This record gives sequence, C-alpha cells and structure tokens, in this order.
Amino acid sequence: MTDDHGDRILLGHGSGGRLYRDLVNDVFVAAFRNPVLARLDDAAVLSSSGRIAFTTDSHVVRPLRFPGGDIGRLAVAGTVNDLATAAARPLALAAAFVIEEGFLLGELRLLCQSMAATAAEAGVLIVTGDTKVVERGACDGLFITVTGVGEVVVRHELGAAAVREGDAVILSGGVGDHAVAVLAARGEFHFRTPVESDCAPLWDLVEAAVDAAGAGVRFLRDPTRGGLTTVLAEVAEESGLGIEIDEEAIPVTPGVRSVCELLGLDPLTLANEGKMVLVTAAETADAVVAAWRAAPYGAQATRIGTVTSAHGGRVALRTRLGTRRVLDMPVGELLPRIC
Amino acid sequence: MRAEALLRLAADLAAEVGAGSTFMEVCGTHTMAIARYGLRDLLPPDVRLVSGPGCPVCVTAMHDLDAVIALCGLPEVTVATFGDLIRVPASCTSLAAARAAGADVRVVYSARDAVELAAAQPSREVVFVGIGFETTAPTTAASILEARRRGVRNFSVLAVHKTMPPALRALLDLGETPIAGFLLPGHVSVITGSACFDFLAADYGVAGVVAGFEPGDILEALLMLARQTTPAVENQYTRAVQPWGNTVARDLMQRVYEPRDADWRGLGVIPGSGLGLRAEFADHDAALRFLVDTGESFEPVGCRCGEVLRGVTDPTDCALFGRRCTPQEPVGACMVSSEGACAARYRFRGLDD
Repeated sequence: MTDDHGDRILLGHGSGGRLYRDLVNDVFVAAFRNPVLARLDDAAVLSSSGRIAFTTDSHVVRPLRFPGGDIGRLAVAGTVNDLATAAARPLALAAAFVIEEGFLLGELRLLCQSMAATAAEAGVLIVTGDTKVVERGACDGLFITVTGVGEVVVRHELGAAAVREGDAVILSGGVGDHAVAVLAARGEFHFRTPVESDCAPLWDLVEAAVDAAGAGVRFLRDPTRGGLTTVLAEVAEESGLGIEIDEEAIPVTPGVRSVCELLGLDPLTLANEGKMVLVTAAETADAVVAAWRAAPYGAQATRIGTVTSAHGGRVALRTRLGTRRVLDMPVGELLPRIC
Repeated sequence: MRAEALLRLAADLAAEVGAGSTFMEVCGTHTMAIARYGLRDLLPPDVRLVSGPGCPVCVTAMHDLDAVIALCGLPEVTVATFGDLIRVPASCTSLAAARAAGADVRVVYSARDAVELAAAQPSREVVFVGIGFETTAPTTAASILEARRRGVRNFSVLAVHKTMPPALRALLDLGETPIAGFLLPGHVSVITGSACFDFLAADYGVAGVVAGFEPGDILEALLMLARQTTPAVENQYTRAVQPWGNTVARDLMQRVYEPRDADWRGLGVIPGSGLGLRAEFADHDAALRFLVDTGESFEPVGCRCGEVLRGVTDPTDCALFGRRCTPQEPVGACMVSSEGACAARYRFRGLDD
C-alpha cells in the first residue's frame, strides 16, 4: 500500500458528492452486497409478522484488529448478540461509520469484508448505513455503530422478572478471553499470550437453547463490559432473588488466568464478546447444556449456579474452599475502549 | 493445592491456633487473597486477621496526595501514575476529577513506561509518582538510571516510596494491638530478604512468617505462626524468598535513594522510613524541580482509615463502611485502592457482613 491520496480516506469522501458515492459503491455495497442496500435508498423497507426487537451498539475498540477478531466482526456480532438476548432472530442490520481523515481505504475494505462475513455467519444482511468523515485527530481511526432489528421467536416474556427460585444458571464457555486478547494486542503491558478474543455471533446458540428449553428460558444476557459478575449481580438485583454460583464451575483458560494474576484483574469482571449467560427452568438445564455443547460456540457450556430464595438480591460465590462471598459489580473505569 | 488439602490445613489451624489470637498481614496482596478466598470463615470466630500498613496507596499521607494534585495543575506537567492512585481522594479532589477537568494524567503500568512517555514528548515534563514499598522502589530507581543514561531530561520522579521494617517498628512501639504474629509480605521480602524482619522476634518478641499468596501459603504460614513456641521469624515462601533477598535490586535502591523521614497515614512521621532521591539525582527529583503550594491538607470527616491501617479498627467497625463509604463513592483511601483493607472487605464481603 502506498501513501498516495487515492489509498486514503479524504474529507471529501464524506461530502455527499462524487467521492462519497464512489466510496459507498466500491467499499460498502461491494462488501455487503445485497439488493436492499444496492438500491441506496435513504431507508430500507423490511417486513415482519411478529414481535420486533430493536437495538444499537457503538464500537470504539483500540486497536482495530486483535487476535480473534477486529472492529468489524465485533460490531456485527455485538448487535446480533444483543438481539439474541431478546430471543430475536436477526432480521436486518444498519451500519454507521465515523472515519478519521487519512484512514487507509484498503483497511476499511478489509474491515467491511469482516463485517460481511460475520453477518453472513449470523444469517443477516446489512441493508442500510451512513458514513461520516471527520478531520484528522477528531476520532481514532474508525468508529462503527451497528443497529439491528430482529424477530422475537418466543411468545413469553424474557427478563430478570421471569426468573424463579430453583432455576439453573448456564454459561456458554470460558470468560475473560476478549478483554485479555485486546489488552495484549495494545502492547502496553509487554506480554504475549496465546489468548484470542471469543468475538462471535451467537444467534445459533440462542436458537438452540430456545429449541431445547422452550418456555423454560427465563433470561439471556451476553456478559460484555462488566463481565459475568455484572450480569449475575443485575439478575439478582432486578429479580430480588439470590444466586448461588460455584467458582470452580466457571471455565477460565490458563492463559486468561495467568494474565489476570499478573495484572491483578478478575476474570469474572472482564468483557466477553462471544459468550451467553442463560437462566432456565431447572428441568431444562441438562437439555440446554447438551444443545450448547453441540453448537459451534458452546463447547465449554456448563451449569454454573442456581437461583435461590436465600440472600435475595445478592450473588453468592462458593469458593473452592467452600467459603462463600458476595459477588459484586465492579466499579469505575476498568479497561477503556475494550469494545 | 487441592481443596481437600486446603481444608485439612484449615482444620489443623483451627485446632491449634491460640484462642483470641490476632494476626496481622502487611501486604495488600495478602489482604485481597484473605478476603477473596474467605479465609476468615475457616478460622475460629475469636481469631482475628487484621490488615496493617501494607497497602501503598492507603498509607500515602494526604499532603503527598495533595502534592500530586498540585503537580498535575502545572500546565507543562504530565503526571504518570499507577492506576490505583487515580481515584484516591486528596484533600479537595482526586486525580480522576483533575483529569476530567483537563489535567494531563496518564496511567502507566511501570516506571519505564513513564520514561518512554517522556522520551516521546520532549516538550512536556513527565512526573512519575513513585509509590510503593521495596517491591516497586527498585523499578523506579531503574527508570531514573535509564532516563539519565538516555538523556531523558524531562523525566522526573516524585518519590513517596516507603520501607516496611521501620513501619512495623513504629506500629509495635505504639503497642495498641496485641499482635500474636505477622504474616510478612512475600513480595517485599523477595527484594529485602526475610532476615530484615528478624528484629520482630529479637527486639519485640513477636513472631513473623514470610508468606506467599495462594490460599495454601497463607494457611500454612498461619499454622507456622500458631505452632511457634518461641517467637521467631520464619519463611514459608521459600520458593521465592531468600534470607538476603535480591541483591541486584537492593544495590539499585542503594545507588539511587537514601533514607528519609516519611509521613504515613495512620502512623505519622516515621524516621528513616521513606526513600528520597540522592542529591546526585536532583535533576530527576520532582520534589526539587517543581515547587508547588499544596495548601493545608485535611482528612475526610469521620474516616477511620488511619486506625484501620494500624489494625486497631476493623473496616466493618467504621460507621462509614458500606454506607457513606463504598467503592463507588469512597471517602477514605482504604476503600479506593483495590488492595485497601476496606475495599477488599467490601468487595469480597461474606453473606453475613
């Protein structure tokens, strides 16, 4: 790649004129190729019969590429997963780009291809979008916002209010990988690690859980910023019930564990981008775990705890010594720009 | 160590430990590990594990914090610090608040990163806040030597480093708490060696065991303390700690620092307990290069961090604990630092607390 102007984003690319048109056609339409986007209308028209879930998520991760993913995959997976927590099959996505003047066009193309591949994996199309170019220094390379709509596939209400005493808490796999991979990629800590981001679209996983447990599914949440701890603390707080978690049941890879010990981090509070926490009726727990273990991103799925009527509103973590302590939400700036 | 082995160890300890004994740890990592694994629950209820002056951020005196705040108010200065210090309340504000208001405050993970920061922006004055005990003091010393070697003249250090043995002497001289034995700090001892704590037994008749940081290490060290018939200083953490420590690191400290009187939160001024830069390194000494007016320092009303740091008051006995003072809205330093006695107790509190 050379440094001549043809290879970089110019302020003119955001002008709405000829350069803008070329950028949209050569990069976005080419990468996301689908007939709805190709019309280049200001709004995409969709049809749906049932209940709709609707969500949006901005991504500012630094660096833009990290082992196991990049901002493009992250942006699409993040929104697909947010829809999935509502048991919604992704129907369509919109992508908005804020690009810093001077950003490499080739890099933008590759990141868009990564978005397209992730969307294809999730079975969804990117049907509309927007692009703004800001002057050098006004943003750090590239920020992406992805908005999504999805069709809710269950009839019952999901959420903390639906959680009942005796329900099982299931986690789809090991925690902390995304945060550790991004931290390592920043190079600030001068350590190398084999840990890769878990960044992945999880609709298939959620669909498998719904197929296995049906109306038994009470609550779904992807443990991103704030980690597993925050999700569990929120369920306890919002439901008013207690949760008992077995620390030893929570999968943490040796790579994540050693980085956490080195830097004084708690893997349970670290961000994940390809994990799902599910609360389901006790009698459906085994079926969900089995279904998840058979799915691509659920091989390490396991039951980590139980909802109880004791210590309402709080999460108790049973340590490997059998002692119990309260699991509390983390405070303050943990790791900025992790997603 | 497997859970069954740990529980056996805990059972032995519970059976052999003297009734009503108080043991003190003086290392933030021990504070965290004890809280995190709920080790207190494994001991008889009348046996107390208290935290001493082992959390570097917590023992930093208010006027030293105010000096850091004043430094970051100078337009040419970038303050580089470990993240733990960012949210600690000084007399009027915190570094986090100062940063939000426009001050140039950067979190670094080593003193060396601060040298790199200075080298990368020669028009700024980068001041690294040298905080911590013998564990971090050598790395700060190394950064000063590196800055000198590379001619990074815009790098300086505000040295508030402290040493552990004089603090333990001061604590025992106060005689406020009957301490059956110390869990001595493993990380500090890697540098200092265990022999520098021999005075505990020799001069004060108090036992001490240098301990590692796994739950098994801590339980084993407590058992060693419980089994002593004559007070002695022993080493449980033999896989990392030698009697004479790390001589390379100690030489580095010797070369760069000299003992100074230092002010400790909770303990006051302890002669010779601080590490100041030798005159030879005056050009990297932020205390000499930047004269700042810190004004009058004052402690938050009702805060009992000082007593907590002497092991006199349990965090849960402070009226502010968990009410007005939480990790979200900390009043005292011990609730801010992740290694603080109050923060560890709050974060890893048991269901009954």
